[in-house]
Amino acid sequence: MYVSPIREPLIRGEKNYSQVTKDILAPMAGKPSIYWYLGISLALIALVFGAWATYQTVYYGIGTWGLNKTVGWGWGITNFVWWVGIGHAGTFISAILLLFRQKWRTSINRSAEAMTLIAIACAGFFPLIHMGRLLLGFFIFPYPNTRALWVNFNSPLLWDVFAISTYFAVSLIFWYVGLIPDLGTVRDKAKTKIRKAIYSFLSFGWTGSAKHWSRHETVSLILAGLAAPLVLSVHTIVSFDFATSVIPGWHTTIFPPYFVSGAVFSGFAMVLTLLIVARKALNLEEYITVTHIESMNKVIILTGSIVGIAYITEFFMAWYSGVEYEQYAFMNRAFGPYAWAYWIMMTCNVVTPQLFWFKKIRTSLVATFIISIFVNIGMWFERFVIVVTSLHRDFLPSSWTMYSPSLVEVGLYVGTIGLFFTLFLLFIRVFPVIAIAEVKSVLKSSGDHKKTAHHE
Amino acid sequence: MNKDYITAYYNDEDELLKAVRQLKEKGLEILDVLTPFPVHGLDKVLGMRRSRLTRVAFWGGAVGAAVGFFFQAWVFTEGYPLNFGGKPFFAVPSFMPVTFELAVLFAAFSMVFAFLIYFKLGPGAKTVIHDERITDDRFLVVVGIRKEGNQQEIEQALKETGAEGIKHNA
Repeated sequence: MYVSPIREPLIRGEKNYSQVTKDILAPMAGKPSIYWYLGISLALIALVFGAWATYQTVYYGIGTWGLNKTVGWGWGITNFVWWVGIGHAGTFISAILLLFRQKWRTSINRSAEAMTLIAIACAGFFPLIHMGRLLLGFFIFPYPNTRALWVNFNSPLLWDVFAISTYFAVSLIFWYVGLIPDLGTVRDKAKTKIRKAIYSFLSFGWTGSAKHWSRHETVSLILAGLAAPLVLSVHTIVSFDFATSVIPGWHTTIFPPYFVSGAVFSGFAMVLTLLIVARKALNLEEYITVTHIESMNKVIILTGSIVGIAYITEFFMAWYSGVEYEQYAFMNRAFGPYAWAYWIMMTCNVVTPQLFWFKKIRTSLVATFIISIFVNIGMWFERFVIVVTSLHRDFLPSSWTMYSPSLVEVGLYVGTIGLFFTLFLLFIRVFPVIAIAEVKSVLKSSGDHKKTAHHE
Repeated sequence: MNKDYITAYYNDEDELLKAVRQLKEKGLEILDVLTPFPVHGLDKVLGMRRSRLTRVAFWGGAVGAAVGFFFQAWVFTEGYPLNFGGKPFFAVPSFMPVTFELAVLFAAFSMVFAFLIYFKLGPGAKTVIHDERITDDRFLVVVGIRKEGNQQEIEQALKETGAEGIKHNA
């Protein structure tokens, strides 16, 4: 087999297949560490805050939020777009990088896909709660009813329903199909009877037959081929929520590509935030190496730069269009009462990722962790800026107003963060965090011992 | 598998690949090869056909797209036409997002279900686990015994290729 002498090994340490199984299954065995308990306690506190806020919203209605007649979309939509964007990194890693045959994805795809699923669940919560009457949530689906009325297929909000549900469903099966062989491993390594029974149920009776493997690979490849355009379509459709309206600042054709790259940008930042902690806590530093972190940082530079260019292009187009409302919307963004949010966005999204051009910074874990947090914050503010600054000063100066969230809205946001970390922490105890079979299949070409053998 | 067979394992995928090729050349019947991860080249050696799952995905996607498109078209022209600011009822561009999403949804689900149903895999599926270590680091071959009884020949061939743990099922 050809082994590139320049590429860094993806898996460190002298490992054989059995060792790989042992290392990756280790975090699932035994009692969780004190940090796990600490993490899940914090996450549950946040979740309880969110539950309170949900109760307030459902019981008293949307009036508990800080929205007003002029600013009808606030934190709810901001959080929705932010979470969907975060979810995109998982699909990008597992689908697009699979199509490009990037071997470094094998160590990170499983946890990134889990993150995708959890993030979509968090995202989906916001449009649902925004309806106010959750009971009537099923109205968004086209179902035969006594009024003979269907849904509005011309509305981007309805496209969202289809896009997000399809995205969740397809991501779920993509993730689960990939998990089946690894669940077989968990089953065969299980020590107690109950554990064995549960994982034998979950592993769908996986045997590892050559024919199954061959077809499993075909399925994974085609699912990747389907998920790649799907992930692009999802954020495109999310951006249509804004772009197909006639609000200055929203009505731009640049939105779809700009939203998609922003989504991948924020998603990779979240993957980095999670994995830098997880690799240490779970002793998986030999699998998720600095090489992986560096590769992800390169994606961050690329997508961050695209986002930066998009911001500048928007400004240019506002001026070049000659439309005074468009020009005002952008001047108001940068220098109006919400300028602080705009400049936080610009600093976090455009300036900080450029630091990754320095190899020292992009291979430093501490620096990467800090910058990834900055990107998470910056991308949240991007959505806030787009949503709120475009709305708060509309065509009629008499209805100009300011918007700030109520405690209930803050609670809903904090609650989804709690939900995200609760589910992620449960995930690392229940499922293997790294795709065991996939790592084994690249071990020979990208492991440490083969590399050294090549040099001898 | 109701037949009588012999199982044996190897510790390395290259060893396995070479061995399977040799066993095939000797005219032995290989019922199955069980591995911890996909071994590339094995499908060719075992003479597997190209997967037909791609076609399932294609037709699933085609049905999804058709359902999505024609349903929307029916709703807005026949079912309950609504006038949105004088825009056309049969608005093809605005039907595209839902059509696309349904195509992807149907393609993905039809293919995955076809895969699971064809191989009888699913929650609680009853399958024979020959060796619990094949999901860890063993590469197992299952060689079928002919009616006339060629155990000796098989065992000999397996030993020559460096197989370990030779076992009969009965």
